[in-house]
Amino acid sequence: MTETKSTNIILFSGDYDKAMAAYIIANGAAAYDHEVTIFHTFWGLNALRKDEPIQANKTMLEKMFGKMMPRGAEKMGLSKMHFAGMGPKLIKKVMKKHNAMPLADLIEMAEEQDVNLVACTMTMDLLGLQKAELRESTQYAGVAAYLADAEDGNVNLFI
Amino acid sequence: MKITKVVDAKGMACPMPIVKTKKEMKQLETGDILEVQATDQGALKDFEAWAKSTGHELLQTKEADGVLTFHIKKGE
Repeated sequence: MTETKSTNIILFSGDYDKAMAAYIIANGAAAYDHEVTIFHTFWGLNALRKDEPIQANKTMLEKMFGKMMPRGAEKMGLSKMHFAGMGPKLIKKVMKKHNAMPLADLIEMAEEQDVNLVACTMTMDLLGLQKAELRESTQYAGVAAYLADAEDGNVNLFI
Repeated sequence: MKITKVVDAKGMACPMPIVKTKKEMKQLETGDILEVQATDQGALKDFEAWAKSTGHELLQTKEADGVLTFHIKKGE
């Protein structure tokens, strides 16, 4: 086969539906034998959060951020029709009916397929997120690492 | 045609049929034939494109009672 192609996705959004799109594309690209990286920044970092509370040494403001942001993929809201939390419940019901995978399962599958899950360390600092709060498989990097992957990439997306 | 393995992806939604097929294909040898059954109608275009891009050969596609059946020969 020809040399390995690569797919690089920046997940900026912390919306459930947008993160789902990102992870569906990532899993599809992995099945295409691409080297796949999802670079999580800003609100997208919440997709990598563990769902249990983690003891961490934080400032007041960081604690507040931590409380206000969704703890893990399944707690994320919808970009449209959120309806104060009813929207996600409804869409998950519909997804089940159509056998669509929930975001948490898509993330696990991405891990199984060796998709690189990268957290942007600069925005982690801004949002007060610490390594202990994120999934074990998370890798840590900055803009240069993303660009190194993306400049030779075949598919580049910002979601 | 000798089918080496059958993948049942009926009822699965995108991207599962492709992901599952890729996993099974990895276990096979060059020249082996994989049969995939899927009900996701997007699979029609998906498998055509996937086989082409990953170096496998889509030998035939059949449709009966809403079930799509693909025969894919593993490439090098």
